[in-house]
Amino acid sequence: MKEEHKHIKAKKYGMVIDLDKCTGCGACMVACMAENNVPFKEDETDKLLSITWLRIYKLTNGKPFPETDICYLPRPCMHCEGQHGHAPCVSVCPATVTDYDMETGIVSQIYTRCFGCRYCMAACPYHARYFNWWDPVWPEGMEKYLNPNVSPRMRGVVEKCSFCFPRYQVAKDKAMAEGRREVEEHEYQTACTQACPAGAITFGDLNNPKHAVYKLKMSPNAFRLLERLGTNPKVYYISSREWVRRSGDNYLANEVKIKKL
Amino acid sequence: MKIDRRSFLSLGMGVAAGTALSPLPWKLIDDISIWTQMWPWTPVPEIGEVNYVNSTCTLCPGGCGITVRKIGDRAVKVEGKEGHPINSGGVCLLGLSGLQNLYGYDRRIKTPLKRIGNRGQGSFQKITWDEAISEVVNKLSEVRSTGQAHAVSCISGSDQGTVAQLLKRFLTAYGSPNFFTMPSMQDSYELALYLTQGIQASVAFDVENSDFVLSFGSGIVEGWGSPVRMFQASSRWREGKGKVVQIEPRLSITAAKSDKWIPIKPGTEAALALGLASVIIKESLYDKEFVENYAFGFENWKDDAGKTQIGFKQFVLEGYGPDKVAKITGIDKSTIISLARSFVRASKPLAIGGRNQGRSTSGRLNEFMAIYALNALVGNINKTGGVWSIPKPGYIKWPKVEMDDVAEKGIKEPRIDAAGSASYPYSQYLLNRVPGILNSGQENPIQVLFVAGANPIYALPNTKAVKEAFDKIPYIVGFSSYLDETAKYADIILPNHVYLERYEDIPTPVGFQKPFIGLAKPVIAPQFETKNLGDTIFLLAKGLGGTIEKAFPWDDYETCLKETLSEKWDSLEENGYWIDSSLKPADWKNAFKTASKKFEFIAAGKAKDIASLFGFSSSTLEGDEASYPLVLIPYDSMRLANGFIGDPPFVMKAVEDTVLKGKDVLIEINPETAKQLGMSEGGFAKLATPVGTAKVRVHLYDGIMPGIIALPRGLGHTAYDKFLGGKGVNFNELIGSVEDPVSGLDATWGIRAKLTKA
Repeated sequence: MKEEHKHIKAKKYGMVIDLDKCTGCGACMVACMAENNVPFKEDETDKLLSITWLRIYKLTNGKPFPETDICYLPRPCMHCEGQHGHAPCVSVCPATVTDYDMETGIVSQIYTRCFGCRYCMAACPYHARYFNWWDPVWPEGMEKYLNPNVSPRMRGVVEKCSFCFPRYQVAKDKAMAEGRREVEEHEYQTACTQACPAGAITFGDLNNPKHAVYKLKMSPNAFRLLERLGTNPKVYYISSREWVRRSGDNYLANEVKIKKL
Repeated sequence: MKIDRRSFLSLGMGVAAGTALSPLPWKLIDDISIWTQMWPWTPVPEIGEVNYVNSTCTLCPGGCGITVRKIGDRAVKVEGKEGHPINSGGVCLLGLSGLQNLYGYDRRIKTPLKRIGNRGQGSFQKITWDEAISEVVNKLSEVRSTGQAHAVSCISGSDQGTVAQLLKRFLTAYGSPNFFTMPSMQDSYELALYLTQGIQASVAFDVENSDFVLSFGSGIVEGWGSPVRMFQASSRWREGKGKVVQIEPRLSITAAKSDKWIPIKPGTEAALALGLASVIIKESLYDKEFVENYAFGFENWKDDAGKTQIGFKQFVLEGYGPDKVAKITGIDKSTIISLARSFVRASKPLAIGGRNQGRSTSGRLNEFMAIYALNALVGNINKTGGVWSIPKPGYIKWPKVEMDDVAEKGIKEPRIDAAGSASYPYSQYLLNRVPGILNSGQENPIQVLFVAGANPIYALPNTKAVKEAFDKIPYIVGFSSYLDETAKYADIILPNHVYLERYEDIPTPVGFQKPFIGLAKPVIAPQFETKNLGDTIFLLAKGLGGTIEKAFPWDDYETCLKETLSEKWDSLEENGYWIDSSLKPADWKNAFKTASKKFEFIAAGKAKDIASLFGFSSSTLEGDEASYPLVLIPYDSMRLANGFIGDPPFVMKAVEDTVLKGKDVLIEINPETAKQLGMSEGGFAKLATPVGTAKVRVHLYDGIMPGIIALPRGLGHTAYDKFLGGKGVNFNELIGSVEDPVSGLDATWGIRAKLTKA
């Protein structure tokens, strides 16, 4: 039994987002909020204080009318692998709140361990982490829609995208109950992937050649954000437009070649 | 042992080192962080059995299938229904946040309410259903007994489906022809369909099979048509299966997604369509089989009196050559010519119109006619990848209403808006004309107004005039589930269930190619003392008695719905929808029911001459250029619901900070124009139009044509809850209603404006 166990290859769950298809409609943002019990306040227009595990950024090519072009870029947590699981946030957390899971490649966040030092927020180059400055308040009635699989957070803790890890747990439990060792590709999908009306988000095991993400990430138009920092993120983007690919990292003005590290 | 300094220090150090080496400090930090999070006010969601209920979303006319995840008796999440013919698993952000409408107790109406304060103030007292029904019944009997039956009217969100038809039936039995629906592009599309093809049908677009879409400002990925279906079509095109050319003055998301964006002077779209037609005709690129055999009025023709009438060909060749159109539209002649050629050369080209989401206004008829003519020239009428006409599902076959004398007399009275009369013979509902008529007349043509599934005070242009008109109506009955602007203006509210609590049929999503009915089902038990609007109508009819009561022979709405849908019910109950997938659009030999049995470019006998149908004039903009040098246009966004439903908190949270900052809306302006006005990013400004003024902030956007400014629809609510109300500006407060000269429908697309530094 133990021997057999070893043969299950470690998974590396990741995402490929097709920016040519993404319309910036915001369905992924709301699917995430609804799935993960993300709270809301009266004013959410100060985006530094607005908790959005997945936020859509608007990119522009900076050219004047009529050469202007825009592109939307959804940014979940990148679940950086770094070198051997040393994601920027994992390395700085003093309370082992956030850890790189070698089995799934998911960077965890255990709210009850967090005491709010926010080192991880400072370390994250993607602004993917949010701090609860206030206790969440659900207006009368709205507590009824809270999802029991995801614990609501409180004031003083940091939260972020978990690749809907509770969904993985549910899928795994189901597979185990049915005597299967592996979770099928369709059994574990994040809420944003499931919701996207444009089908722009693909999610799966980057190590598994049978999963759609495996092939997609090899597209010549695929890139990752701030790759040069060595964060080794697991979220890939695809864009056929060069200016979009270029805005994924910092380049010198005279630098022509975009090369993956 | 004597405790000296040395032993004291070494003991102290030993204790410190020992503690540090033990797990105690780390355990304490961990425990403290856990203990300090166990506050009673952090909710712990109840667990329970998981199950899913399928239903249909009604928050927009898209008709998407949804599945609601339930834990015990709580609904916890809305998701898209896999394999559904409209949205196949996809769902938009408004649909996803549907539970905030259900459980948003602050925005819901919980019991029947009677107004006690001033109109619009929102002070109501709770009353029982019996009191509410008898009060409305008494009012209706009183009006009827004074011979004013026709002065009872109804504004409905749509005229499709059993609930809307029951309302219409109620008015008929009561004795009033004054049923209205809210304006949308479908009004103009259906009129164009009638004029060119002689049929009353829904227009459908075979977008899944089209390989070249020429969009005249339609927000393909911003909520036009059935939104999720359009998103999926757009992704298909992005996979290389089609091209999109977007024509509009602003780089919208659709424009950014398209293969080519052609900025155009707003309001000149019809001229461009005719210009493209002239190139196609001049270069003889049109579909000869269709035009020569199945179209009438292309060449010049002789009318009954023997007089020669100008046909479409001569009309566009003479009046809309590319040189002239280039001047009108501001688009290069070469671009026009190459666009016309690539449109024709595509194997399945499709031209579509209806700006933005196409839901706020009906639009100019000449624009829709010109777009239709382009489709006809490439022969894609009722063809794969083209524009189709789909018969409206005829499942509502109720016995004819038996009318008493009062009803007979009332129904013959002319409609308030003159729709269907000699002045506007082909339009069904002209709600846009009503505020003006009410405000100018001495008498009150409306004594009682029903409002169902619509929020006219918010959504009709020129809010001030609409409110003034509503002030003249002595008695307003609201049926809304939410305390929206119009409900706040009502004298009495008989609240409907929220869509997740009720049965309702949702037929024919906008632009879908097959006859289709979706079923909304109760997902959970009603949260409050509300009633299905269908049942409320039955109660009112029962109260009035006589032939009115007899017109509704059903025990309750559910029975009525089941009987009406008869053999379709099982499929609806099981799958959540019914579809006639076998339907193919009629072939050219049988498709056209006009006098000539052909597709008519000229609508013989219906229009005065061809110029009145297609003729382009640029005089549709309110305000003079000297005092209002800029042009204000609206834009729609998926993240801002702007119809009957207001943004729930989740959707508000998704609104960008370049659209709304605090309580201020940002107006889009080209940096060059802003520079001339001395404005910079984020600065405050006063926006003035001939209709109203507003305080806004400025957002510099390179993607908008200089001289044009754009404001989003969907903000500026004065009702709902603190998450939505009081933020930004309602675009309708700044714009007037402009009547289309031919159809009489609302044709507003923008207004002249002035922006001054504040």
